[in-house]
Amino acid sequence: MNARLLPYVLILPVTLFLGVFFLYPFVLVAKLAFVGSEGLSLENFRDVISYWKFPISLKNTMLLAAVVVPVQLALALLMATMVNRMEKGRDLVLYIWTIPLGISDLAAGIIWLAIFEQSGFLNSMMTGLGLSDGPVNFLSYQNPGIVFLAIALAEIWRATAIMLVILVAGIGLIPKEYYEAAEVFGASPWQRFRRITLPMLRPSLQTALILRVVLAFEVFAVVAALGGTLFPVLMGEIYAYQFDLQNTNAAAALALIVLAISVVFTLIILRALRVPKGATI
Amino acid sequence: MAEIQIKNVAKRFGSYQALHDINLTIADQEFMVLLGASGCGKSTLLRIIAGLETQSTGEVWIGGRRIDHLPPKDRGIAMVFQNYAVFPHLTVFENIGFGLRMQKLPNDQVTRRVQRTAELMHIEQLLKRYSGELSGGQRQRVAVARALAMEPDVILMDEPLSNLDALLRLEMRAELKGVLAESNTTAIYVTHDQVEAMSLADRISVMHQGRIVQAASPVEVYRNPAERFVAGFIGNPPMNFLPAVNSGNGQWTVAGRSLPGPQSAAGNLDFAIRPEDLRIASEGLTARVRLVEPLGAHLLVTCDVEGTMFRAILDSDMAIRAGDHLTLAPMQDRIRWFDPETTRSVA
Repeated sequence: MNARLLPYVLILPVTLFLGVFFLYPFVLVAKLAFVGSEGLSLENFRDVISYWKFPISLKNTMLLAAVVVPVQLALALLMATMVNRMEKGRDLVLYIWTIPLGISDLAAGIIWLAIFEQSGFLNSMMTGLGLSDGPVNFLSYQNPGIVFLAIALAEIWRATAIMLVILVAGIGLIPKEYYEAAEVFGASPWQRFRRITLPMLRPSLQTALILRVVLAFEVFAVVAALGGTLFPVLMGEIYAYQFDLQNTNAAAALALIVLAISVVFTLIILRALRVPKGATI
Repeated sequence: MAEIQIKNVAKRFGSYQALHDINLTIADQEFMVLLGASGCGKSTLLRIIAGLETQSTGEVWIGGRRIDHLPPKDRGIAMVFQNYAVFPHLTVFENIGFGLRMQKLPNDQVTRRVQRTAELMHIEQLLKRYSGELSGGQRQRVAVARALAMEPDVILMDEPLSNLDALLRLEMRAELKGVLAESNTTAIYVTHDQVEAMSLADRISVMHQGRIVQAASPVEVYRNPAERFVAGFIGNPPMNFLPAVNSGNGQWTVAGRSLPGPQSAAGNLDFAIRPEDLRIASEGLTARVRLVEPLGAHLLVTCDVEGTMFRAILDSDMAIRAGDHLTLAPMQDRIRWFDPETTRSVA
């Protein structure tokens, strides 16, 4: 086999697979989105955007991402720093912390539903401790704050570990000598974190944030389990267009809007955390 | 004044004793080199002085102040690391100014001091660059400049030249010596390279298995090794050794020849001589030549004296070939004697 050709031959199956099962359906979806009652138009987009639930679901999705992602980032950084300092039991702790990653998002939603629902753990506990007289319906339309909090908690619990594993790997790549140099030249632990860890972690932060932000825009099952229709989000609306309203074209248009939002945020993150030329480890 | 006193410092890593009871005083503005093979404890000792490692027992004093309980930044030290540790995400300017920024010095003062040390190290044209755009030698200069900018009492260097290629190493060595001589700082320099140690040091501490076996001037360490280990470690090639038997009245039998030596009651000593302190003469040690390596000005002749390997450095004019028999006379005042039991030097 020609050594120059070999790499291309080796990536051919994956490329074909992705082309057939991702690129092709994507083109189909894009086509659907732009086909209206009178041929090609932006009609679907206009319909989707002018629907009364669009601003609410967009706001909810953004708000959830804005609350969940920073908390997850801070937690993941804290956890990664702690794990990195451990000498013994490091792997065990990492395994335990990443257990939620092995659970599907719907299952995660149901676990938290079991905590918050009317006959759930939280109510039983509060009644048992004498903190409340009877079961409270936390996840009702009367408590939008609690619904939001439950969803945010479930999301944080479920998906912090994905950032954690990326950041743990990234921190492990920073040579110890930089920390020693910073210490000798007078940097406190907090300054070492801010002036050495964070800037040298930029490539990992990029990956972790892009992954997490894009996934946050796609939040669906956890919301469906905990909030139902009380807390509309973009993905839920796509589902509703496709299966409740049987409007495939509108569903495709909304999907493309979510894609556009994801692309914009990815570009913002890439730009904000870029590493100047020559400044890599 | 920054005299450094190391008092009874020992270090254990688990069951491994890295340092045994180190006692060493380094004078103000002295250039002290810690020399030894890898694993001898020299870097551990440096890191204890820096505060990056904590001694198991003992004390470290700098300038009359006990500092071993203080964090590195409060010890009045700066350090140059083996892999430079020039921060890749900061420009050369910010690297040199890193310590000054941590001290929260005003901007104009930082700029002035960075500018001055950069000029001193001839890197003022690189201040805007990142370390990824620098060569190894330039990074080394940044690392030294960063340490000098702190105007420390003591500058610690951990094999700072070992990652440079041979020619650059030679150049940086001379430059480092000049810059440090002018900076009035006390310097501790760790290396495994004896040529580097010889050329830089006011005093060399030769370390072996977690102990300092000799701390003396380079010439003293070379001429009068305190222990057989030093004699066999310093010099390239190192000293030759032959067993000597006491024949009474200060006479010793070495390879069948009688040589005057110490007045000692011991039955056996080790005779030692440097390869360059041998001459071809009519009387002396009989040697059979195994290998001749021309070194330009000299010939390095590897011989066999009564089954023991023996090296001589001779003038390159001589026509010597493998298989020849030579009579090598040691220069009497350069002969050294070691006790085979204690391995200490015997006068």
